[in-house]
Amino acid sequence: MTIAQEPTALNFECETGNYHTFCPISCVAWLYQKIEDSFFLVIGTKTCGYFLQNAMGVMIFAEPRYAMAELEEGDISAQLNDYAELKRLCEQIKRDRNPSVIVWIGTCTTEIIKMDLEGLAPKLEGEIGIPIVVARANGLDYAFTQGEDTVLAAMAHRCPDKAPVAEAEKNERNAVQKLLNFGKKKELVAQEESEYVDHPPLVLFGSLPDPVVTQLTLELKKQGIKVSGWLPAKRFTELPVLEEGYYVAGVNPFLSRTATTLMRRRKCKLIGAPFPIGPDGTRAWIEKICSVFGITPKGLDEREAQIWAGLEDYVKLIRGKSVFFMGDNLLEVSLARFLVRCGMTVQEVGIPYMDKRYQAAELAMLEKACQEMGVPLPKMVEKPDNYNQVQRIYDLKPDLVITGMAHANPLEARGINTKWSVEFTFAQIHGFTNARDILELVTRPLRRNNNLKDLGWDKLVREEAKI
Amino acid sequence: MKLAYWMYAGPAHIGTLRVATSFKNVHAIMHAPLGDDYFNVMRSMLSRERDFTPVTTSVVDRHVLARGSQEKVVDNITRKDAEEHPDLIVLTPTCTSSILQEDLENFVERAQLEAKGDVLLADVNHYRVNELQAGDRTLHQIVQYYIEKARKKGELPEGKTAKPSVNIIGISTLGFHNNHDCTELKRLMADLGIEVNAVIPEGASVHELKNLPRAWFNLVPYRELGLMTASYLEAEFGTPCIDIVPMGVVETARCIRKIQEVINAQGADVNYEDYINEQTLYVSQAAWFSRSIDCQNLTGKKAVVFGDNTHAAALTKILSREMGIHVVWAGTYCKYDADWFREQVSEYCDEVLITEDHGEIGDAIARVEPSAIFGTQMERHVGKRLDIPCGVIAAPIHVQNFPIGYKPFLGYEGTNQITDLIYNSFTLGMEDHLLEIFGGHDTKEVITKGISAESDLSWTKDGLAELNKIPGFVRGKVKRNTEKFARDRGFKDISAEVLYAAKEAVGA
Repeated sequence: MTIAQEPTALNFECETGNYHTFCPISCVAWLYQKIEDSFFLVIGTKTCGYFLQNAMGVMIFAEPRYAMAELEEGDISAQLNDYAELKRLCEQIKRDRNPSVIVWIGTCTTEIIKMDLEGLAPKLEGEIGIPIVVARANGLDYAFTQGEDTVLAAMAHRCPDKAPVAEAEKNERNAVQKLLNFGKKKELVAQEESEYVDHPPLVLFGSLPDPVVTQLTLELKKQGIKVSGWLPAKRFTELPVLEEGYYVAGVNPFLSRTATTLMRRRKCKLIGAPFPIGPDGTRAWIEKICSVFGITPKGLDEREAQIWAGLEDYVKLIRGKSVFFMGDNLLEVSLARFLVRCGMTVQEVGIPYMDKRYQAAELAMLEKACQEMGVPLPKMVEKPDNYNQVQRIYDLKPDLVITGMAHANPLEARGINTKWSVEFTFAQIHGFTNARDILELVTRPLRRNNNLKDLGWDKLVREEAKI
Repeated sequence: MKLAYWMYAGPAHIGTLRVATSFKNVHAIMHAPLGDDYFNVMRSMLSRERDFTPVTTSVVDRHVLARGSQEKVVDNITRKDAEEHPDLIVLTPTCTSSILQEDLENFVERAQLEAKGDVLLADVNHYRVNELQAGDRTLHQIVQYYIEKARKKGELPEGKTAKPSVNIIGISTLGFHNNHDCTELKRLMADLGIEVNAVIPEGASVHELKNLPRAWFNLVPYRELGLMTASYLEAEFGTPCIDIVPMGVVETARCIRKIQEVINAQGADVNYEDYINEQTLYVSQAAWFSRSIDCQNLTGKKAVVFGDNTHAAALTKILSREMGIHVVWAGTYCKYDADWFREQVSEYCDEVLITEDHGEIGDAIARVEPSAIFGTQMERHVGKRLDIPCGVIAAPIHVQNFPIGYKPFLGYEGTNQITDLIYNSFTLGMEDHLLEIFGGHDTKEVITKGISAESDLSWTKDGLAELNKIPGFVRGKVKRNTEKFARDRGFKDISAEVLYAAKEAVGA
């Protein structure tokens, strides 16, 4: 290929959508842990239950705060009354667990039989006295992490729309704030307030483990930016206030519905930034937020350089190597951009769904990274076709394939290094602090195979007879 | 609606997929929404398959809801036919797609016009049958299809094999220890001088199915999979079916005697009594174990058993009849076949429990406080919570129940494996108990203290709060590293910020 033919802008393709991913109902696995006073009720069939039971492994045994409302033949044929059935189940949940919110997860089946969950919820909510949030996280419309997006979009409607009056504010409704002010006296808090620049309230959205929430909050604090709240908070009762004109910023690339809801319904202003994944992403994310508030960021150069220096022992393992994303969790663009910065060539970025507006800054940054690092732009494939992708993998022979578990073992058996993509969803990958964890994951197959490389055990399937 | 978060048997399409993918060169296409192909993950992870699982999805999405999926399904079938040249494509509906009530039978007929391979629609009702019943039905369906096809073409072989021979029916992918059991059964047949005519579905080609009538008899080792096929073959060709599960010493002998009876009736002249005697007394260690002092110590100990019909029934008999253990209750989640279970075990346990509700099982375990549990992974976790050891004897199972080493449950080697499993469960329980009475292995007070014990540094409340969020098993290490970092840099107080700065510095 000559240089002249190298594309200069990202090229987007769309395939058949025949790919493997997790069902979006899997978001209950991390959301029930994040929102401590919630209960998730998945209204679906045995198939949904079987998926959750197997996908969540050992979590299932820990008396999780989620359950299936398993639909039976009588529910499908409307011999049973949806409202009465849901009421019976929700009353049982209230009795056994007394949650602050019940989240109904609508599934493919409730879509097809057109069960009016949004209509039933307010009525039942009034009757049993527990808020019921409805999220349609089904496989007809969404993939994997988009499940969280549907839940957070629904929760955005439940955020209080008025800041409590000054007196009450001292009580600090918000968990992060509480943590940061832990045990300090009022005067100290007031003094600390002065550490912040005067800027309009900022609310971040996206579910992250608490340590990562603290890290990102502290990172912004260094710039004098105060995080007024997170969607979601640790408890449903602590959802952040969202007034018209508040600023919001996303921390994950799959939250486009939530972003849309915050803008259109809650009249918030969206800060469109790359996502804080990798030191480059984190820096760009902070810079963008600073620029919106007219703050000159301080110390970011050194901070980023210092993080990169700490990553060098990992980066040297992957520099100059190629990577292929089959695509299943929407983190692909951010990860590809970070890996390009690490010196890798990205051959293909498969992605279930591409919101070019919500991801605009991230896409621009990917393009820029490729140009600056002097590597070709990846092929972007929306709704990929796994069969075709496997053929391309055979042709391209990438050094690493980031893929779902359905393909990982078969590819390994054919001598192709793989990293299981779902781990990126559950590992802590955000902010400066966790950049190393991403590379720990990415390099693991390479490090393992370095250890085994002299054994001659690369290909462990018999050559297929060519007909 | 039913409130549930755990199920013992999966949805129907899982059974169909297990049977279809067990065959060689058979491809299954699921008519399902995105994300329902979790079967591929399970097969790839649990049984560590090296090959791509031959299952694809014809995705049901919004467009399908609007326009129907005829084109898509037909295209997907013909595409797969051209790409991989399977002998057979099985179209599998799922619970979601079955509500759409599309005429899948018609799509299959249309696709068949173009496809070179055969195309079948799995005939299972997702709201009435579970994984196990569906698997049984699908196997029957495929066998029947190929027998009839051969008959129509006049390719059905005449007569039986010259020497006594057997079809082993019901070995499948993701089945509990199925591949080890299969090896053991083949070995047993070789010892008995019986040829293995066919093993289905695992590893079989659909082209071999027309030879099934040549066997002298069918052996169905598991109650859950293969009986429909065996009774079909019995009705069509008069092939006798042996459905005695050769699990445990007594049942293995019973199975072998039945084989003897069945083949002698067809003109063989065999006597297996010496073989049974030799194996029972000297080769298998299980009979000797029953006499040994070890087993004497188990006499009258309380156990409970829960699982699928095959394994729960066999284990109950082994525990009670062969080891003198007191089985307080035995249960199964195969509700649809409860009568068989009751009849099998009622003389070997005090109470029979038939349920699909794991909560009820948990309560029943807590109520009787047995010394050991034999159940599924769910019971293992109940055991953990109650501090009662558990041997896993049936699906649902995790990856550790797909051992690489040879661990059959059937046949004479199976009796050895089961003996180990049972004995190890009980002794571990005993050891635990002794530890508790005497207060642990090492009761001397610890003299030297770890580095973290004497700290000159103070943790601020937010620092401590962050530290406490770190998982317990690494917390000590993080604490030490952070304190070392703080000491090196001359920090007095350790706040959350210092903690994370330390994390970045050491790159942990």
